[in-house]
Amino acid sequence: MIEIKNIYKSFNDKYVLENVSAVFEKGKTNLVIGASGSGKSVLMKCLVGLTDIDQGQILYDNRDFANLDYEAKKEVRREIGMLFQGAALFDSLSVEENVGFPLKMFSKMSKSEQMDRVNFCLKCVNLENANKKFPSEISGGMKKRVGIARAIALNPEYLFCDEPNSGLDPLTSRVIDELIKEITEEFSITTIINSHDMKTVMDLGDTICFIHKGIMWWQGNNTQIMNSGNPELDTFLKAYLF
Amino acid sequence: MNIFTSIGRYILFMRGLLSRPERFSVFWERTLHEMTAIGVGSLGIVAAISLSVGAVTTLQTAYQLVSGIVQRSIISTILRDSTILELAPTITCLVLAGKVGANIASELGNMSVSEQIDALDVMGVNSSSYLVLPKIVAGVLVIPLLIIVAMAMGIIGGYWAGVMGGAITPRDFTEGILDDFRGFTVVFSFIKTITFAFLITSISSFHGYYTRGGALEVGRSGTKAVVYSCVGILFSDFILAQMLLEN
Repeated sequence: MIEIKNIYKSFNDKYVLENVSAVFEKGKTNLVIGASGSGKSVLMKCLVGLTDIDQGQILYDNRDFANLDYEAKKEVRREIGMLFQGAALFDSLSVEENVGFPLKMFSKMSKSEQMDRVNFCLKCVNLENANKKFPSEISGGMKKRVGIARAIALNPEYLFCDEPNSGLDPLTSRVIDELIKEITEEFSITTIINSHDMKTVMDLGDTICFIHKGIMWWQGNNTQIMNSGNPELDTFLKAYLF
Repeated sequence: MNIFTSIGRYILFMRGLLSRPERFSVFWERTLHEMTAIGVGSLGIVAAISLSVGAVTTLQTAYQLVSGIVQRSIISTILRDSTILELAPTITCLVLAGKVGANIASELGNMSVSEQIDALDVMGVNSSSYLVLPKIVAGVLVIPLLIIVAMAMGIIGGYWAGVMGGAITPRDFTEGILDDFRGFTVVFSFIKTITFAFLITSISSFHGYYTRGGALEVGRSGTKAVVYSCVGILFSDFILAQMLLEN
């Protein structure tokens, strides 16, 4: 479980996150939604430690991530997997080298064990015949799947997905959504997804947080979202649904 | 961002490289890879340019020696000293600033804008140490080897142009090359080369690593890397000559 308490983040004296609190539960897909520029990407960067917060707490199973020293932070990071918006695969490495990269850096597995794990992860994302291909040789949807395979290579406790469906056709988007849901449930991972794809929100939203102008306006689930009674959220939903 | 902020960030960047290095086996594997990319990848252009510069230096020196009083062997002595002291290390490193520097800056810049550096950081890899330190170490190890090639090719080019063009006989050329040779010139040349290699790789890495934006900014980083590396080379060339060469 990840709990964030009263997070503040500013750039050039302008707050982009203001008193944000939320709970992201284990084994569930937790969605953060909001319009472009609402602060959800900054929130994700703060959660994974790419950006420091000004105030507040980020608790990874009660470990205060923001205030840990470098080595302790590194330990927590080993439990994090992240799927980036553009997949962020390493251009110079093949698909199997990309997936095996975290294993090579951090595990004590032998080369054959690493290879077995890579093949297992690629099988999980239904990508078994692309081991030797390079990122420039595969489609956007395949890149996202390789990104997921790399993210789960070290058996993460926490999975972050930044706009997993951006740039994908509706059919591939659903495949990616289903994959994330399956992996989350099967491995009991705390998954946090940034999205403004309403289909994803309705399909995956075990927990949904709505951010607007850096403020957390509403938290609930996909059965409650249409009747939230929150005027900002209603405006957001209308813009996407109609 | 003013120049003092940039220098401060550069110093912090350099400190960050050394503070938490990755596993030695990973570091060494990457260093070997970078040595191949920098060394083998630049061998052809270094050889071609040095051959040409050596040939031109010989012909121009011969052209200026119109007096019959001066021995013709002085042509190859001038060629030797100017090649070892200045032409091989400085010209070659200016060329490498363009080739290797732009390459490093655009590679890291592209990684930065496509979130590949963020991906390393999220995994808990010290991205600057993992990506940049091997490039600097590889540059400092392999560029001096390229300078040895540049020195040899410069003198071969000078011999070829001088003898073929009739400016100097083979015997005079050999005599001039061996005459009053001071070993310190080679030591000085390597001190310069190591300094230049460090400047090229670190300045280019710094500009590439901190690229933000998109394709346009990646291009700008490449340009900045080349310009600042060249300025750094020329400035340090003057400082080192002032400090180490006795009158």
